Amino acid sequence: MKPVANTLERSQTSRMPAWELPPANIREEQEAYVLELEMPGVPKDGIEVTVENNELTIVGHRSDTQPQGEVVYRESRHGDYRRSFEIDTSIDTAKIVAKMEQGILRLTLPKAESLKPRKITVVD
Amino acid sequence: MNIIRYQDPELATWSPLNRLASLREEMNRLLDGSLAGFTENVGLFGGWSPSVDVFQDKENVYIKAELPGMKKEEIEITFQDGILTVAGERKQESEVREGESFRSERSFGKFHRSVSMPTKVDAERIKASYKDGILTVELPKSQEAKAKQIEVSVS
Repeated sequence: MKPVANTLERSQTSRMPAWELPPANIREEQEAYVLELEMPGVPKDGIEVTVENNELTIVGHRSDTQPQGEVVYRESRHGDYRRSFEIDTSIDTAKIVAKMEQGILRLTLPKAESLKPRKITVVD
Repeated sequence: MNIIRYQDPELATWSPLNRLASLREEMNRLLDGSLAGFTENVGLFGGWSPSVDVFQDKENVYIKAELPGMKKEEIEITFQDGILTVAGERKQESEVREGESFRSERSFGKFHRSVSMPTKVDAERIKASYKDGILTVELPKSQEAKAKQIEVSVS
């Protein structure tokens, strides 16, 4: 089962501006899937998370694109970040929670109620 | 000849960078030792190597390092003999251990980057800040370096 599949290949080729592809970690917890994306340089208000037709898209706009003074040496890329993931119905999209902390976006994708482990009590 | 153990791709934690790194290591071992030594020192493959930018204006030299997900206290900045070194360790949170991981692209572990200054700087007045996962170090140019600059621009 792959509730959070990657659709980057498609989104990368269909879009012309060079988006940065943020590295991602995805793990499954009991109640939710947790998706972490590395987006250094993006402030809290630079994050856009959208869900459309089972596609979760994350865009991160950097706050400082202009270098201070003249560039001596540069390794970082300066484009904005974008990445899409395909999500299936096992995720309750209404309850997605996003948290941004020091360049790490942490999305909690809660599992739909029907999939959560359920304890059934026996009644007489 | 090295034997590379086969891993079922469906079972192993998905980590393309680690695989690339091991492939690179194998190739280096086959070719010659010098390349392998280089990549190990730089930490490009195998470890974690944050990207570093160097800017300068009339007054300062600026170093920017992309270090997402760190704690301020975990970043170590040292300056010696005109070389600024940024080092530290990014730890994987212990809670990550629980639950199944099915995508793992982020790097963790120790890093170490050194940058040599393009001009003389005043070591006493170096400032650093950490915001949105980016470390910015501001190194004021020394009076000597600034005087030199003016000379050059006049001639």
